[in-house]
Order: sequence, then C-alpha cells, then structure tokens
Amino acid sequence: MKVMTQLAMVMNLDKCIGCHTCSVTCKQAWTNRSGVEYVWFNNVETRPGQGYPRRYQDQDTWRGGWELGRRGRLKPKSGGRLRKLLTIFANPVLPNIRDYYEPWTYDYSTLTTAPLGDDFPVAQPVSLLSGRPTSVEWSANWDDNLGGGPANAGLDPVIERLRSEAEEKVRFSFEQAYMFYLPRICEHCLNPSCVASCPSGAMYKRSEDGIVLVDQDRCRGWRMCVTGCPYKKVYFNHRTGKAEKCTFCYPRIEVGLPTVCSETCVGRLRYIGPVLYDADRVGEAASVADPTDLYEAQLDLLLDPSDPQVTDAARREGIPEDWLDAARRSPVYALTKVHRVALPLHPEFRTLPMVWYVPPLSPVTEALSSTGHDGEDVDNLFGAIDTLRIPVAYLAELFTAGDPVPVRRALQRLSAMRSYMRAVNLGDPPDESVAARAGMTGEDVTALYRLLAVAKYEDRYVIPTAHEAEGRHMEETACSLDFEGGPGMHGSGPFGEASGRPRPVSVETFHALRHRQTSPGGPGDPEARVNLLNWDGKGRPAGLFPPKGTRPEESA
Amino acid sequence: MSTVDTVLWGVLPYVTLVVLVGGTVWRYRYDQFGWTTRSSELYESRLLRVGSPLFHFGILVVVIGHAIGLLVPENWTSAVGIGQAAYHVQALLLGSVAGFATLAGAAILVYRRRTTGPVFTATTRNDKAMYLVLVAAIVAGLVATGSGAGVVGEEHNYRETVSAWFRSVFVLRPDVAAMASAPPAFRVHALIGMLLFALWPFTRLVHAFTAPVGYLFRPYIVYRSRAETARARRGW
Ligand code: HEM
Ligand code: SF4
Ligand code: SF4
Repeated sequence: MKVMTQLAMVMNLDKCIGCHTCSVTCKQAWTNRSGVEYVWFNNVETRPGQGYPRRYQDQDTWRGGWELGRRGRLKPKSGGRLRKLLTIFANPVLPNIRDYYEPWTYDYSTLTTAPLGDDFPVAQPVSLLSGRPTSVEWSANWDDNLGGGPANAGLDPVIERLRSEAEEKVRFSFEQAYMFYLPRICEHCLNPSCVASCPSGAMYKRSEDGIVLVDQDRCRGWRMCVTGCPYKKVYFNHRTGKAEKCTFCYPRIEVGLPTVCSETCVGRLRYIGPVLYDADRVGEAASVADPTDLYEAQLDLLLDPSDPQVTDAARREGIPEDWLDAARRSPVYALTKVHRVALPLHPEFRTLPMVWYVPPLSPVTEALSSTGHDGEDVDNLFGAIDTLRIPVAYLAELFTAGDPVPVRRALQRLSAMRSYMRAVNLGDPPDESVAARAGMTGEDVTALYRLLAVAKYEDRYVIPTAHEAEGRHMEETACSLDFEGGPGMHGSGPFGEASGRPRPVSVETFHALRHRQTSPGGPGDPEARVNLLNWDGKGRPAGLFPPKGTRPEESA
Repeated sequence: MSTVDTVLWGVLPYVTLVVLVGGTVWRYRYDQFGWTTRSSELYESRLLRVGSPLFHFGILVVVIGHAIGLLVPENWTSAVGIGQAAYHVQALLLGSVAGFATLAGAAILVYRRRTTGPVFTATTRNDKAMYLVLVAAIVAGLVATGSGAGVVGEEHNYRETVSAWFRSVFVLRPDVAAMASAPPAFRVHALIGMLLFALWPFTRLVHAFTAPVGYLFRPYIVYRSRAETARARRGW
C-alpha cells in the first residue's frame, strides 16, 4: 500500500441554480486574457444537452480517456506512445475552434461614431480570431436552459447511448422533459489521460495534493493533451501556443482557501477536502473489465483515514499530520465513501475522476409535485425513483457507466433524508424505519443532513495548507516588482506572443486587465475596448467614455 | 581563392555556428515560455492534416539524406561496394522524392497560412521571414540535386567538394578551395542553408530541437512534488 493524498471536490447538483457565477468568477481569475477567450476552466452545462465543447462525451469521435487493449492493458484511447509521435505533425482528432466557438467582440465604436441618420447604429460582432465581421452562431452556453426539449435532447451523446441501449425511443415530450445543471471543472483524475498524452512530460500530477498542472515552461504545444482528456478540460491557448487547464486554484489552495468557483458558488453546493488513496492500486482499479464496476473500484481506492493501518502507512510516506487530520474531517470522504451519495462523472473514461456529484433528486420531486403528489413523502419518492426510469437511467449514464443501482441508492438516501428531516422539523418523532429503508440509521441521516443542508464554510472546505520551507514562493505575487516594465508585458516578446520569462499568473492578469482597460478604442483593434466585466469600479479607465469632442453634436 | 571565398566558406560557417549554438542556448535558458510549435490546428485542420505530415516526413528524410551525404566520406561507401553512379541514382531518387514532398507540404502550409483568416492573423513577421528562407533553401536544394545529378546542366560529384568542405569546417580547418570549386547551385544552397541555421534559434523552428523522443521511454503518468517545482521554477 502506497498512501497518497488528493484534494477532491463534491458538488451537490440539487442545489445548482445554473447561475454561472462560478464560470464567470473563474474566468475573471484565470482566463480573461487573449488566447483563452474560449476557455472555460469551469463551465455549467444544461443536461440533457450537448455540453462544452459540443458533444465532448462522445468518445467514439473524440477518443479521450483510456481503453482496455488486448490482454486487458490500459492504453490511451487515442493511441499509445508510438502512434502519438507518428501523428504529432497533425493531430487527427483535435477539436476545432468551432466545436467550442469562435470568440468575438462587438464593434462598439460605431455606436458612438455613426453619422446622424434615421437608423439606429448597430454594433456588429467581430471575430477575435480573424478580426473580420462574423455572425455569432454558437457559444459556451448556447443551449442553456433548453434541457430535454425535442430539438436538443437528440444531440446529447448520453441520450444517444441510452437510446441505443434501451433499443427504444426515449421520448422527450414537453410534459416529460426535465433538466438539471452540471457544473464542470477539471476532474484532477487519479489516472489522468491528459498527463499520459503529453509527449514532452510537461503535464504532471502534484504528489502532495493530486492537482494536475501544465508546466508552461515545458509545454511545447504538441496539443496531444487536448485529445487525451475525455472531459475536454485541457484547452489550447492559441496565442501562446501552450496548453492551459483548471489549476484547482492552487495558489489559493496552498494557503488554505477554497477555489474561486467554490468560494463564489451561490448555491454553496461545493465541498473540498482531501482523501487518502492507495496509489499502488490505481492501475488495477482503472482497468477492471466491466465499466459498471469502475465506480466501486474507484471508491475502493479511497482509504479510511481513521484506520490506524492507513494512518501508519501514510506517516511512513511522510504525509503530514494536519493532512491526516483534514482527511478525517473531509466532507468529500464523508459524501463519497461513508454516505455513498456522491458519484464520479463518467467513470467509464477510466481516468478515475476526483470531482464527485450528488445526483439531483429534483427531476423526481418535480414530477411528483407537478402531478399533485407530496414530494416529501418517502413512499411517493421511492415509488417515483423506480417508475421514473428515464431520469435514473440518464443519471446512471452520467455517473455510473449505466448501472442504475448506485444512482437509485443515492436518490433513495436523499429522499429518506427529506422525509426524515421533515418529521424532525415538524416536531414529530423521527421515524427510524424511513432511514432504514435507505440502508441508513437516523444518526447517518442527521449527519448527511448537516453536511448537505447546514454545513458552514469550515465544514464545506477542509483544506490543509501546503508545507513549504521557503515561504517566499508561497506568495503568488512575490516577484511583481521584478516584473514591472519587464519584457513583453502584454502582447509580444521578440519571438511572438508572450515569449520571454514566465510570469506569475496574477501579475499577468493584472497587466492584461490594465492594458485592456486603458488601450485606446478603435474598430481596427479587437482588443481595444473597455471590458466592463473587467472593470473593478475604481477610477475611470481611459476609453470608458469616448474622447471629448467626438460626440456628433459637439463636432458638428 | 579570393577573399570573398574565404569570407563565405571560411568565416561565415563559424559565424553561423556561433549564432546557432549561442542563440539556441540563450533562448533555451531565457525563453522557455516562447519555445513552442505555436500550433494553429485549432483554427484549421483540413489542409494542415495533409500539408504538415507531408512537409515534416519529407524534411526528416531530407535531414537524414543530408547527414549521410555530408558526413559519410565517399571512400566509405565505395568500400562497401556502392559506386559513384549507384550512389547518385539513389540519392537523386530519394532526395528528389523527399525534396518535392517537402516542397509540396510547405506550399500547402503557406497557402493555408495565407488563405485561412485566423491562421493569417496569427502569422508573425518572424514566421514570414522563416518561411521565406525555408522555402528558398528547399528550392535551392532541389535545384542543386537536379543539377548535380546532371538532370539540368553538368553532372557534379558534390561529395568531393561540398561534403569535404562541410566536414573540414568541423575539424576547424575549412577547405575553402573545395567549396569554392562547387557549382553555383550548390554554393547558393549552402549559403541559404547557413542563413536558415542562423535564423533557426530565433524562430518557431526551435521546436524541432525538443522533439519529444523521451516520450517513448517514460511511464504514462508523471508525478512531481510541489516542493521540487516551487524551488526550480514556477509550476503553472
Ligand atoms: C521531428 C521533429 C519535429 C516535430 C515533432 C515537429 C512537430 C511540429 C508540430 C506539432 C507543428 C505544429 C503544427 C500545427 O498544429 O500547426 C509543427 C509546425 C511546423 N514545423 Fe515542425 N516538427 C519537427 C521538425 C521540424 C523541422 C525539422 C522543421 C523545418 C525545417 C519544421 C518546420 C515546421 C514549420 C515550418 C511549422 C509550421 C507549420 C505551419 O503552421 O505553417 N519542423 N511542427
Ligand atoms: S479531467 Fe483534468 S486531470 Fe482528468 S484527464 Fe482531463 S484535464 Fe486531465
Ligand atoms: S455558482 Fe454554484 S449555483 Fe451557480 S452555476 Fe455555479 S455551481 Fe451552480
């Protein structure tokens, strides 16, 4: 047994209201630079729906993740090492920018500079790639809130698989349509196929916390990782020619703060905590033959942090005491392994993803209340979970490679919790049998309720800080002064976009923001605009208002 | 042997070498972040999928051909029983097939750069200069191959002139006379080649120096400790 630590996340889907705050704050923190306009480290997709990039879950097309070769050995679905090198000159399955969307801005200046006339001036969309007028046809959330409507559901790869497996048409008549939101970040997998696909070894998994990162200095732009990741959570920065991905906000995590998406989540539905796992058995767990066994195999890797054998082994690996303590208090361990209500997204990709989801009960409760039933009655709920085959089957395709049993168990536990706690809240004697029907005790139910409904900040985020002898490296902005006036602050060094020494991310962001806020307006330069989203409300960046004397009536 | 010859074939090669080696070392140390293929496949893949493999596989064969032609002395090949005529026929065949593949690939790549909107906007002046010299070197090389084999003009055994000079450069006793006696096509090709190598460290061509051969020999999953990356350099 080789014990390793992993910071993992759980999201409780019942609470997601699809507000996209997480996406926006993440974008503001990490990807508000040119070259990554189309990059959403965090995105929230409506299910059923195509997802982002379009139909990324369809691995027959995109060939992400791992597959079992002959003799049951794991190999990247897009091919082994030799094949990767032979196809390196043109990656055969790289998504095109149109599978994401072509980033654009608007030619705002015509609004103020158009000559006086009868028609209202219009700000035309302009492509940020070619600088030419474009028409906006798709974006990161084009099918937001369309859900299981007839026009969209058919394009969802998960629905497609359901249909072929059930050999019957899954119908999405308007009455039956349901939807929920699925916020996604990088899964920081235990068996990351993005890392396995990187020819230059620039991608790595941090041994202390399991965060998967791209070394920007070592990345050579072979763009194989984009294909490798089945969740399409490695993106190619088309200006710098380097891959970028969700960083699990490591500069915040290292000092004990939750990721930006978690911190700002309106529904407070995200949980972060460490789990201990057995690194020796990762390969074995990822290569079990039957995909429906992957969920159990993955769960089995997580070690009990209260088990003295485990903690002894962990200490031998040099895992610090505060990490062990955090692992014992970890909400992620509780929701995944103790209560078994959190499930992994697409375990069949065999990357052993470490962002887990509590499946939404809402399609079930909604169906009940819309037919006039009591959505908090345990009999009704249990009955509905069994009869509403489609939501359960759909969730199973997402979370357990199609096995409805774990999904049903999770939904039953959530139902039991609803019912049990209603009694408690109404002052009735709690009914142990309700808990027992979901295989729990009243105590379990109360604990689960505390975690899902009332957990405070410190209960949701149990984040041990990084251990660092040299403190100065912890300050993310430590060398901002070295940097001021450095070469190629924004834009170009001598060898193209952003060449020169690497710079701290926050510093680059700071300068990029200032540059954009202050660059002069003009239709020719797509960057030259005041992005109000970037404006912190302080001061008045040049270009916020048109220069004096350019208003039509003044110059007339 | 004129002064011009001495400068061209006795001094220039060393200037090129110093710029190539010095520039590469300097850039490797100070511009890791700029060291990339700057792939444009995200913008366009239909033409790239044809042009890029054609160009790259072509140029790899061309590189191997150059290595054999320039580094292996003639008496070694004759010693294993390959005569001058036989050598030339295979060199001409292989060389021109690879050369034309490279040229065709480069033509597709340049056409793609010019006609695909986003690729064109992402093309820097540096790229344009690089392509100019690169294509010139390929064309001059094809002309030299053709002329040396007697397809156009007089047959010429470059292994007695160009190759001898090339090897002499590396033992620090440049055989200026040998190169000066080579036909013009070869001299032009060698000059453009030197220019290309002098530009190399300062263009995107550096990606070739970090061809990921090590990938074949490493485990799939890479772990790095945070402490280690924080000390060495930033981890992002
Ligand atoms: C064996 C090592 C090499 C590898 C693995 C390699 C790989 C690549 C890759 C992945 C690209 C990016 C293609 C894209 O997606 O846009 C590229 C572009 C390019 N490579 Fe190489 N290359 C190698 C050697 C060379 C050599 C020796 C040359 C020239 C002498 C060269 C010249 C170019 C050029 C000109 C481009 C730009 C193509 C374009 O987008 O217009 N490469 N290479
Ligand atoms: S989800 Fe993240 S860690 Fe997993 S393969 Fe994709 S990029 Fe890598
Ligand atoms: S911020 Fe929270 S509630 Fe809003 S979309 Fe993101 S995950 Fe859902």
